[in-house]
Amino acid sequence: MAVKAEAIGDDRRAVPSLLLSQRARRRQRIAAGLGSGVLLAVTSLSLFAVLFIFYFIARDALPFFKLEGVREFFASTRWYPSAEKPEFGALAMFVGSGLVTLGAIVVAVPLGISAAVCLSDVIPFSLRQWVKPVIEVLAAIPSVAYGFFALVVFAPLLQQRGGQLLAATVWIVGLPVAALGIIVLSDIATDRLDDNRRSAARWAIMAFLGVGALAGLVFASKALGALHIASGTNALNVSIILGIMALPTVVSVSEDALQAVGRELREGSYALGATRAETIVKTVLPAASSGILAAIILGIMRAIGETMVVWMASGNAAQIPHPILNFLEPVRTLTATIAGDMGEADQVTGSARYHVLFAMALCLLAFSFLCNFFSEWIIRRARKKVGG
Amino acid sequence: MNWLKTIAVMTLVVGLGGGVAVGKDAKKIVVDGSTTVGPIAKAFAEYYMGKNPNVNITVSESGSGNGAKSLINATCDVATMSRPMKNSEIKAAQDAGVLPIEHIVAMDGIVLVVHPSNPVANLTIEQIRDVFTGRIKTWKKLGGPDQPIVKISRDTNSGTYEAFETLVMNREKMSDKVEYVGSNGAIRQRVMSTEGAIGYVGLAFTEGVKMLKANDIEATPETVTDQTYPIARPLYMYTNGRPKQGTPLSGFVGLAATPEGKKIVEATGFVPLK
Repeated sequence: MAVKAEAIGDDRRAVPSLLLSQRARRRQRIAAGLGSGVLLAVTSLSLFAVLFIFYFIARDALPFFKLEGVREFFASTRWYPSAEKPEFGALAMFVGSGLVTLGAIVVAVPLGISAAVCLSDVIPFSLRQWVKPVIEVLAAIPSVAYGFFALVVFAPLLQQRGGQLLAATVWIVGLPVAALGIIVLSDIATDRLDDNRRSAARWAIMAFLGVGALAGLVFASKALGALHIASGTNALNVSIILGIMALPTVVSVSEDALQAVGRELREGSYALGATRAETIVKTVLPAASSGILAAIILGIMRAIGETMVVWMASGNAAQIPHPILNFLEPVRTLTATIAGDMGEADQVTGSARYHVLFAMALCLLAFSFLCNFFSEWIIRRARKKVGG
Repeated sequence: MNWLKTIAVMTLVVGLGGGVAVGKDAKKIVVDGSTTVGPIAKAFAEYYMGKNPNVNITVSESGSGNGAKSLINATCDVATMSRPMKNSEIKAAQDAGVLPIEHIVAMDGIVLVVHPSNPVANLTIEQIRDVFTGRIKTWKKLGGPDQPIVKISRDTNSGTYEAFETLVMNREKMSDKVEYVGSNGAIRQRVMSTEGAIGYVGLAFTEGVKMLKANDIEATPETVTDQTYPIARPLYMYTNGRPKQGTPLSGFVGLAATPEGKKIVEATGFVPLK
């Protein structure tokens, strides 16, 4: 009896777990449909947000081109939105945005990629686990804090000691780079010589190049040291600060790309007799190049979209510097113009002064879309290449 | 499901609380507008709330243009402005059913300021205009050291800019080398730390920088009030219609004419009404 009852009990327990009743199955199907529906809705919400932003910005941007035409906006540098006969030439802002972004890239890319190589291939893993989060803290500092620093500390410093600072930078950056370059060059140049003459030839080449590099450094630092910077809120100031702000993005993303290059490639390279430097330069960096390029593009987008720092520290003069790469002149960017002119731009009367800001926003948006597509394309192409 | 209930109840309570707060709207005054008039409005608010603890006054500073916009959109009760309302703004207000009424609360002089080390002490209005249009490029031409003039202006969004444009620039356009900053304090900060700089600020923002005479007249409370100083202007508060006697709004706006209000205006560095 007891045995039989147990057997039945077992039966009852086993059956429902394997075979669902009609109702339970329907309920489950509804729940599954509901679940994926909710997920789909949430996902499409962000998609719709992008579309909505595009739509609303374009809706307020197009009236500007209808009112004022396209030509003045893109070709003129005269920006007088509040004058009786307003002029809306935004060329200086395009150049300004381009300049500070270029400057930020010049600062952030060499530093960022070197730091990423150092983190992934040079220092011990345990140390890397400490250092990387510290670098990423840079991204957590609010941009207004950077802007305040740029305005209150960095700008006066540039005015008082700008020349000396630039000269010092030339030495700090130039000396190690020149030394490294000279050693590598002299090694390559004397590679084919036999051992007897090699050492002497290498010394000769190193001495020759060394004197040349030193002379170049002395000349550059003298020239820069004599500079007097009249206004510290300029493209240089903002470029350096934006470079520092873009740094964590560049470091973090390119370090991930370098980490993603497998151990096999590195060990294969070592097995062929390559040194660590050769492995990094000839194997790891090319293999990670698409990820590094994506990191650079993300850095560009970080720099071009930044508003608070440029509004506070770029000087906001609506001019094209003369010559165009003169980073010591104040510049005005698209983002700062949108932020600075928003208050008076009259939404109630719907003037051109209001719509011109949306035209600028539309240009920024189009640019970041292009950047995004470009980086997607690069990554996809690289995947194909690696996948064979 | 217990936590869900808790959340629902809490939402309800918060919502009701909010509703109650909105219901007391009559005792709440929202002030928005000029960064120049902001300090006066804040000092007035502090004083008035000290006397009438049941009244709540919030003051924000987003620029004269924004103040007018807020009044038109009925998101504030008092718009502080450092310039009179433009005809276009008055028209927009009337279209929105708002009748802006002007109250002058104080006088303000716009002072040209330079770095303390600058030997230049006086500029004519024409010279100031020439500096900002870029016709005069170095301090040497004005009797100063041989270095470029760094011109610093308020952003085109500010009432101070528009007052300067009207009182000094005579509708001429500023040079494209002029740098723009977002507040009086930022101009003071930049001029204080830049040897070749010239900027313009309200009378209350001259600590640490050197004030220039304009047309040989020093900006003092007296010269500003009687408008012998050439770059002087009244400061305004705008309300929707004339506030009813005895309401907190009328008390707040009317402070400027009382002896206490005049003391407050003086303490904030502006010139009280006579």
